[in-house]
Amino acid sequence: MSIFRQSFYCLMACLLTLSACAGDTTKVATNSPVPDPDNGGIKLPAGFGGQIVADKVGRVRHIFVNSNGDLYAKLEKLKDGKGIMRLRDKNGDGKFDETVGFGNFIGTGMAIKNGYLYASSNTEVFRYKLNEKNEVADGAQPEKIITGLWDHHQHEAKPFTLDNDGNIYVTIGAPSNCCQVQDRVKGSPGQSPCPILDSAGGVWQFKVDKPNQSYAEGVRYATGLRNVMGLDWNTAVNSLYVTQHGRDQLFQFYPEMYSQKEGAENPSEEMFKVKLGSDCGWPYCYYDYTKKQKVLNPEYGGDRTKAGDCGSKEQSIVQFPGHLAPNDLLFYTGDMFPEKYKNGAFIAFHGSWNRAPEPQAGYFVVFVPFGKDGMPSGNWEVFADGFAGADINRATYRPCGLAQGPDGSLYISDDNQGRIWRITYKK
Amino acid sequence: MRFAPTGVNMKTISAIIFPVLVLFICAFTLPQQSGLKASKDRGKVVYDTYCLACHMQDGGGAPRMNPPLIKTKFVLGDKKKLIGIVMNGLSGVEVEGEDYSNVMAPHNFLTDQQIADVLTYVRNNFGNKASAVTVAEVKAARPKK
Repeated sequence: MSIFRQSFYCLMACLLTLSACAGDTTKVATNSPVPDPDNGGIKLPAGFGGQIVADKVGRVRHIFVNSNGDLYAKLEKLKDGKGIMRLRDKNGDGKFDETVGFGNFIGTGMAIKNGYLYASSNTEVFRYKLNEKNEVADGAQPEKIITGLWDHHQHEAKPFTLDNDGNIYVTIGAPSNCCQVQDRVKGSPGQSPCPILDSAGGVWQFKVDKPNQSYAEGVRYATGLRNVMGLDWNTAVNSLYVTQHGRDQLFQFYPEMYSQKEGAENPSEEMFKVKLGSDCGWPYCYYDYTKKQKVLNPEYGGDRTKAGDCGSKEQSIVQFPGHLAPNDLLFYTGDMFPEKYKNGAFIAFHGSWNRAPEPQAGYFVVFVPFGKDGMPSGNWEVFADGFAGADINRATYRPCGLAQGPDGSLYISDDNQGRIWRITYKK
Repeated sequence: MRFAPTGVNMKTISAIIFPVLVLFICAFTLPQQSGLKASKDRGKVVYDTYCLACHMQDGGGAPRMNPPLIKTKFVLGDKKKLIGIVMNGLSGVEVEGEDYSNVMAPHNFLTDQQIADVLTYVRNNFGNKASAVTVAEVKAARPKK
């Protein structure tokens, strides 16, 4: 027995020594993140590597990485009573190994700008001052800068982005499919003018440093946007870009006009470059993915050909197949990725629910190359894929948020299992 | 007198009783089963036309959007309440601890027969097992004009 015991202790000692050595080796490699052998289970272009840096964080919606590498995740459901998680990599292996929760509200939006962390609930936006250690000074006492925004349990998330001039742009999604008199009732006509547009169905602009702003203090910056989940301020051209979730149920309501397959691919999910006063057309117009044209919605007399005054609305700059749900947008400004990615747009697609009985689709991250003029310079391409897993109709992971690390790596969050990936490029 | 049935007698009795018993049971269950099957078959057509787009082919719904119909208390529980959901629609509902945000439109344009059939189908499909919904039950739940 004692021989066995001695052997056991010896073995344990050896293992401890080995693991200590392994720990040292990892520490040496602090500045060169090591992708997982299987890229964290996702497919990436050649030269890119994926690493799972956090798992089971909660329902992670949007994320932001601070200049010191801390990642902040906004949760859609409280975890241990907290709605924001700060993740920190303490040993430099790329994986987050410390989680600190704060904020007692659910929501989607998350960003850091000029010494403040901003986070949104479904009706409000708060900000937390960062201290000299680049950490949230007081997680219990944020300033409420925006309040009283619509939450009618449909498209209620309030994602946002910030410009360089002290403004914050907040989505107020329309609690409606197509502004019918009776929402989502077959045959119910579209309301004209659509009364929802006074309070929702657009992006509102507020000041970052004024407390308790609501509709009266805000500016309806862009309208005619059903539900914008992805917003980013493109610093290369100093302009706001958004991705819209298009309407549902064209085939279910108008089978005489749309085949089942056309209903699954229509209308396009669209990306717009917007300016103050832009009207992107919802609920009167939609972009027909099959016909490649902006036309009238059938609730407003459309027959897939009539354009009405849709030609005078803001035209989208990129169109995707229907229902893929573009949930976040990020203009890449890092130096790690190859030149073609510089100032281009990454878009996280949450994946569809409304293509049935066609197979569901999406659940990937797309890249759109951009030229110096702030316009797309090529076709969109799938950048990261395989999040859904074996059954596309029961996706395991759903991309929801994007963030850029200080070294130029790209972070992708999933709100189904709470997984976060870091994507790096090795020259 | 001794009553001592012989083996032959027993066989004769069984030979008579067994088919009668089978007939008896069939007489009660077969029509019911075929009635249930017919209702489910009709219900599937209604489901595929009006429900599948949101609740999916497998009744699993869509996460956080449209609730599942698999072994939930809404589906297996109070029939009157269930009929009411089909007729009046529903939005912003919590099912088995999860919130679902999408809007279900009222489906009061469906006939009593269609509502009975589709709910019978849902209550006896997707792994569910519950009593059928009858036309009379739907009629009783429909608001009087």
